Amino acid sequence: MSDKKQEKIKVSRAKMPEQDPDVRRRNFKEVPEGLTPEMAVAEAKRCLQCKNPKCMEGCPVSVKIPEFISLIAQEDFMGAAKKLWERNALPAVCGRVCPQEEQCEGQCIVGKKDKPVAIGYLERFAADYARKNGSGEVPPVEEKTGKKIAVIGSGPSGLTVAGDLLLKGHDVTIFEAFHKPGGVLVYGIPEFRLPKEIVASEVATLEKMGAKIECNSVVGASVTIDELFAEGYDAAYIGVGAGLPRFMNLEGENLIGIYSANEYLTRTNLMKGYLFPQYDTPIARGKNVVVLGAGNVAMDSARTAMRLGAESVKVVYRRSREEMPARAEELHHAQEEHIEFVLLTNPTRFFGDANGRLIGMECLKMELGEPDDSGRRRPVPVKGSEFRIDCDLVVVSVGSNANPLLTNSTPGLKLNRWGNIVADPANGKTSKRGVWAGGDIVTGAATVILAMGAGRAAADSIHDYLSRGW
Amino acid sequence: MAKIVNREEMAQGTIILNEIQAERISQKAKPGQFVILQADETGERIPLTMADTNPEKGTITIIYMVVGKSTARFKELQVGDDYYALIGPLGKPTHIENFGKVVCVGGGTGIAVLHPIARALKQAGNDVTTILGSRSYDLLIMEEKMKAASNTLHICTDDGSKGHHGFVTDVLKKCLENDKIDLVVAIGPIPMMKFCSLITKEKNVKTFVSLNPIMVDGTGMCGCCRVSVGTDTKFACVDGPEFDGHKVDFDELAKRLASYVEVEKQSMEAFKKSRQQ
Repeated sequence: MSDKKQEKIKVSRAKMPEQDPDVRRRNFKEVPEGLTPEMAVAEAKRCLQCKNPKCMEGCPVSVKIPEFISLIAQEDFMGAAKKLWERNALPAVCGRVCPQEEQCEGQCIVGKKDKPVAIGYLERFAADYARKNGSGEVPPVEEKTGKKIAVIGSGPSGLTVAGDLLLKGHDVTIFEAFHKPGGVLVYGIPEFRLPKEIVASEVATLEKMGAKIECNSVVGASVTIDELFAEGYDAAYIGVGAGLPRFMNLEGENLIGIYSANEYLTRTNLMKGYLFPQYDTPIARGKNVVVLGAGNVAMDSARTAMRLGAESVKVVYRRSREEMPARAEELHHAQEEHIEFVLLTNPTRFFGDANGRLIGMECLKMELGEPDDSGRRRPVPVKGSEFRIDCDLVVVSVGSNANPLLTNSTPGLKLNRWGNIVADPANGKTSKRGVWAGGDIVTGAATVILAMGAGRAAADSIHDYLSRGW
Repeated sequence: MAKIVNREEMAQGTIILNEIQAERISQKAKPGQFVILQADETGERIPLTMADTNPEKGTITIIYMVVGKSTARFKELQVGDDYYALIGPLGKPTHIENFGKVVCVGGGTGIAVLHPIARALKQAGNDVTTILGSRSYDLLIMEEKMKAASNTLHICTDDGSKGHHGFVTDVLKKCLENDKIDLVVAIGPIPMMKFCSLITKEKNVKTFVSLNPIMVDGTGMCGCCRVSVGTDTKFACVDGPEFDGHKVDFDELAKRLASYVEVEKQSMEAFKKSRQQ
């Protein structure tokens, strides 16, 4: 190994400046503050510029990682952002919410001996730089093809499909059921993790590229896919998300104060309940909050409850710490903010007062038994271990089922036994001619970047179809 | 995009009618379905079951009672103004067929919801007896339209200012005693629907009610509108809004509707203050 390379590895990985945990747990401002230009350049110089970059293999949308990092190292920050846009319409979003430790950074060669290059921080840095300092220029689009595509749902997969097809010169209309575009990026992921101004800016870029956005359009209710075809659309992409919250079917689950994570987060984020009464939609401010489940959405809910003024927030999970599905960074942030983890514990029923308001819940201790289908050790109840937790707010965050609103109104669309759309994993093609699907409505609840990866593959396939046929 | 083309004040200004331009919704909507409206970017999403549609004009009609900040804000919107957001048609339509003899019971703004349903039932060949109730005659809405949508119309007022002096349930009881009734549709305040359902359950007469729980998205995504129906939990937005009145837990529904009663008062006070300045 040359001296030069050894020298590079000695610089330690950039540490993201963050709001102090004791301050941030009571406000909705973004937690990480972003790298300074000096920090970004120093971090970019840690990259070995591998000839055969493993990091790109770890990226579902194949961002040209070494190239954009090299441009940051040369202090061409705008150039770095443009390099990102070539493969990713939403870099400011991905830099914040992708699980980099499992993807690009998980494959980074520097990471074999040292901590991997902070690819996510750098992506975020370049995208933020372009948003704040750019001239508002957008990626150039090819000559108009005259083909019309309906993108149903404006979440991460829909926005990716739209971006890719706009670049190729197609006409794209995005249909969104809510009054604001962005899907889960707007209603689900909290402001402190993904400021809504960033989503609005990424959507505005698509609009400048020619995307039409029809908010307040519930495809399946106000118009069907077949009607869109009759109106002249050549292809449709379904990216409507999972969208039907699961409850646990326990006694007392309809007491006031028990929310699905979807409702709790939608009231807070999309409807801006945390700004009540400036915004009209109220959100319960629990004193003693329990979140059921341990995924990223559960962490978002727990940290939101803390910001809404809770005295205590407990995450109750039936397995152990090792099985918690949330990203390590989210768990770390939650713990720093005094969220307690009550592990190997399962709720059994809820208690209410005479007005139907939640006052507590009963739980059962669990222990780990033999591995189940998922390969994780199955939690088994410990007999006689019932105990009570006093709480006035519970957020149920145990996943979602497929929402049948759109699929019921679309004849010819094959579904699996859970109601998810059956689509070719390679290209998103469904059983219905001219219709593609991707994201959570196909896979069940997953991540933003996987939805974007599915969108990318579908966009390529749609372009192919529009040029050559089904 | 959702322009008010016609507006009427009813029941001494406590109930408002808006006819709204909504091309796609007007073509699709069926009796029993609802829309969600939002007055401003900062507003709440309010579900309202449609009182009428006019596919030729491309309009829908909603009728609401002014009860809190959001509806007070709706009341300020005049002809030519737009709602910030309007989505629909949502929920399952009423099942319409020729059942035979049907009694439709309506109270308050529930009468507006009942209107297209009664009309469709009559058109399907049913013999429709309608019973409308209000506190006082000057608060009763849509009498003429309901007369046209029914074969027989009864009016009940709590103060005796018109028709039967007493509750709709008194007249419903008589109907059930005098005739073999095949179906009852009851739409109105929760106590009204609850007691109508109790009476019809005794006689084992099938009864539909239309529920109005708090909603956010209205498309099944949030679960805010869950109601206990028999041993199941249902989402009123996608499984309803109509359910078997004999199975609905009305007491739970009433409690859940009061979830935000304290903060709603706060919101209303702030609104009144802002309008006095």
